[in-house]
Amino acid sequence: MRREGSPFQGLSTVFVKELADHISSIRMLMLEFLVVFTALAALYEAINSLRQTTAEDPFLLLRLFTIDRAPLPSFVAILGFLIPLMAIGLGFDAINGEHNRRTLSRILAQPIYRDALLLGKFLAALATIGISLAALWLLVIGLGLIFLGVPPGGEEIARSLVFLVVAICYAGVWLSLAMLLSTVFRSAATAALVSLGVWLFLTVLWPMLAPAVAQVIAPADPRYALLGLNDPVTAVWTQELLRLSPNDLFGEAMLAVLSPTTRTLGPVFLDQLRGAVMGAPLPFRESVMIAWPQTVGLIAGTIVLFAFGYVLFQRQEVRA
Amino acid sequence: MTDQSSESRGTAPDPVIAARGLTRRYGATAVVDAIDFDIARGEVFGLLGPNGAGKTTTILMMLGLTENSSGEIRVLGFDPAREPLKVKRRVGYLPDAVGFYDQLTATENLAYTAKLMGLARAERARLIEAALLRVGLADVASKRVATFSRGMRQRLGLAEIIMKRAEIAILDEPTSGLDPQATLEFLGLIGELKAEGITVLLSSHMLDQVQRICDRVALFKAGRIVLMGAVPDLAVKVLGAGFVVEVEAEGPGIARRLALIPGVTQVETLAVDRFRMTAERDVRADAARAVVAVDGALRRLSVDEPSLEAIYARYFQTTSTGDIRHAA
Repeated sequence: MRREGSPFQGLSTVFVKELADHISSIRMLMLEFLVVFTALAALYEAINSLRQTTAEDPFLLLRLFTIDRAPLPSFVAILGFLIPLMAIGLGFDAINGEHNRRTLSRILAQPIYRDALLLGKFLAALATIGISLAALWLLVIGLGLIFLGVPPGGEEIARSLVFLVVAICYAGVWLSLAMLLSTVFRSAATAALVSLGVWLFLTVLWPMLAPAVAQVIAPADPRYALLGLNDPVTAVWTQELLRLSPNDLFGEAMLAVLSPTTRTLGPVFLDQLRGAVMGAPLPFRESVMIAWPQTVGLIAGTIVLFAFGYVLFQRQEVRA
Repeated sequence: MTDQSSESRGTAPDPVIAARGLTRRYGATAVVDAIDFDIARGEVFGLLGPNGAGKTTTILMMLGLTENSSGEIRVLGFDPAREPLKVKRRVGYLPDAVGFYDQLTATENLAYTAKLMGLARAERARLIEAALLRVGLADVASKRVATFSRGMRQRLGLAEIIMKRAEIAILDEPTSGLDPQATLEFLGLIGELKAEGITVLLSSHMLDQVQRICDRVALFKAGRIVLMGAVPDLAVKVLGAGFVVEVEAEGPGIARRLALIPGVTQVETLAVDRFRMTAERDVRADAARAVVAVDGALRRLSVDEPSLEAIYARYFQTTSTGDIRHAA
């Protein structure tokens, strides 16, 4: 039997309230400081190195995002690290916080469905991250204009906008995970710790573990080792395993979009490269096509995790 | 006086809430076990019972916040599990130990729920102000809720129900944890709701308060309603009589004389000059006459209203020894 009324009734109210809460919260302020300062440090290094080397690069602006100079990683790499932190910071107490404040039953006694509450909270947190990232994006473009003195081309802007969209999808995965865990665990501290644990595992440990696991699944043929080459089967397995981490998907998509010379993200055989003009940039469309599967992976991850959280929340008892 | 059928089944002429065989199971255990009741419009109905007896679960089923395993419940003619929005638009709920967003002010907290209720923008400010005034929070309307005491939070919760212009107010343990003064004020506010014709459903384990304001009560025990009706009726049924009159008087043969008064079922001699009579009606006048008739010196004459506490204690005492099974 269909339930009466729209599941989205009250959605905009929840969204606006949560957005206002996030934007005015000290937590968000701290996260923004963290992101802006580390990102500025990375940008500063990038600008310095770009000024010294060359201004002949047709994609000078994009180099701002990707260039890294020891000891600092590139701007994109830093964001790949910090976006999950922001998303977890905004999502880890979404549901259990309402439980613990004892506001949940009072809010759900109003004429709305639980859908509106969960989706409103998700969208508000995502919008908060989106606003921060957009501000950061403008900052990068602005600084690039001031210090490099080269106006960005249309394609550069388009590529950096794709970066923005993929970054928001990436944030969505972590946000869904944090909200799922905030539904599972009644204590906000437990939810935060588990989210951070998953995040650390996937960003720090998994890149080390994946090659080892790949070795176990498909041991390298010793004949390749004799020739000083990697076994392609093991290499493919390693990459597939790595792709289980959203961090890796984000990195690959960014590589494809922000470095226009990227032709493929997987291992290739030499004969596949026949006829290719090495070092020539791909058209915008082609780069997006290369990043597309990764982006879809991120979106799918978001939806799957959100769906789990949704089912759990619908079945949860509201009494404290 | 309610008729006999309303005691056993609770049939009311215009029920706003009706439950038939309402059951909620968690695994094999039934938290609410096939209960039946009707609540009439404008009535103050009390749900009583020890913690874990199924009161809150029953309330949550009325709001569609928990689904019933079997049986039926209708609130204002709707099934809360299927049409929760229609029910929740017209029913106000004050949960046990209600919480608010601490970083927001009282007005902002109410504004949020007002928006969720779908109240028009023009109405909102006016309704919020009026509701805060009613519960006596007008002067702290722009203070953060973080600074509020328990009693103020409860009153803010009630303001939400008033703002909603609910037809039914469901209050779960509204006075637990309040100091006596705050409790009295809160009970006064509930009385005002009743005077406006709002049906009030109240769960509590504070028996004297429930007795003070409820028209009818239902006594819960292990998921079942074991007793239901108006307090005086229950007193007659469980205690065997409604009134306990204590007489302090000196004189010869007073005890014998008191026992002769019609309606008196028992006379206990507590001391040489103190007697306790159990009666079906208020027999103070007759008792005074009786004492005077034997030329005794009457010093004190007091009547104990039938107390819910006595009913409760007696009922659970007798059922545990197995004297009475179900009253219904």
